[in-house]
Amino acid sequence: MSKVVVVASGKGGVGKTTTSANIAAGLAQKGHKTVAIDFDVGLRNLDLVLGCERRVVYDFVNVIKGEAKLNTALIRDKRIENLFVLPASQTRDKDALEPEGVGRVLEELKGMGFEYIICDSPAGIEKGAQMAMYFADEAIVVANPEVSSVRDADRVLGLLSAKTSRAEVGKTIKSHLLLTRYSPVMVKKGEMLSVSDVLELLGIPLLGVIPESKAVLQSSNKGTPAIMDDTTDVAQAYLDVVYRFLGEEREQRFIDEEKKGIFRRLFG
Amino acid sequence: MPFLSFFRTPPKSASLAKDRLSVIVSRERASTRGGPDYLPQLQQELLAVLARYEKIDLQHVSVSLDRTEGREVLELNIVLPDAANKNRPSA
Repeated sequence: MSKVVVVASGKGGVGKTTTSANIAAGLAQKGHKTVAIDFDVGLRNLDLVLGCERRVVYDFVNVIKGEAKLNTALIRDKRIENLFVLPASQTRDKDALEPEGVGRVLEELKGMGFEYIICDSPAGIEKGAQMAMYFADEAIVVANPEVSSVRDADRVLGLLSAKTSRAEVGKTIKSHLLLTRYSPVMVKKGEMLSVSDVLELLGIPLLGVIPESKAVLQSSNKGTPAIMDDTTDVAQAYLDVVYRFLGEEREQRFIDEEKKGIFRRLFG
Repeated sequence: MPFLSFFRTPPKSASLAKDRLSVIVSRERASTRGGPDYLPQLQQELLAVLARYEKIDLQHVSVSLDRTEGREVLELNIVLPDAANKNRPSA
């Protein structure tokens, strides 16, 4: 049984690619055969975040056009068993992705035994984004606690409920909210939208909260998904997200300000 | 008075953000999400009719569609020119 999951946000720079990389890596670490597909034609980056940029030979569009076999285009991660990447094309041809071809590749991936197919959507609500969500069974909507991001997330939810293959046959797409770059300190001061504010506005269940952290930049610098170094708060947060996504109960963390002990108050 | 304003706390920016968002999000939902495609046109035609009888400011008209458990409520909100303006003898 395969599940197609789209990671979408509308707004750029909120953490779609980081989230795709970490969730794909986390699912693979838990033993599920997982592929992450970069749908951002012309601006591929998932390969870079996952540290396999130098191994890209063929891409998604090559496979759709029949110029390469799916098996040769897929990049197998060297560190995590069960993790594969299908990079986006750097072509500027915007019509390179079309439903028929994308659907065919997804079916072939399902036939190869992939349990999770993570579709990293480009920003915006144009063709690339629509293709990434069209075949999805579930959606992870990434947002920052910030006005433009929340507004765009709501637009994306609108598209998910209208312009997908499930919507066309009257079915719904299960959508989860992932709130990233969250700062409990700012929320406490009343300077940032809180989790409950955003939940109230968007009306979808919370998958998790990822705290604002240096670890995200550090891990993309290295090309190693943050989830692989489980000492950081970001890794812990993404691990929780993966567990919840797999149906396990995990208490929400990183929502409240960390209590500092007397020593950390003095020397932290 | 500077002395008093020192004690008054200004509204927190997060609550401003939430208020602004709840307005814009519900407005955009009405016009885009799931609602019938004819909503914007309906809004315009209703306005055209109303404009024949009342001088209405576009700013003071809102159309929204609320959906709660299988029931849809189409809400048309029009702020009529206030009585003072209306009763003013026309020149």
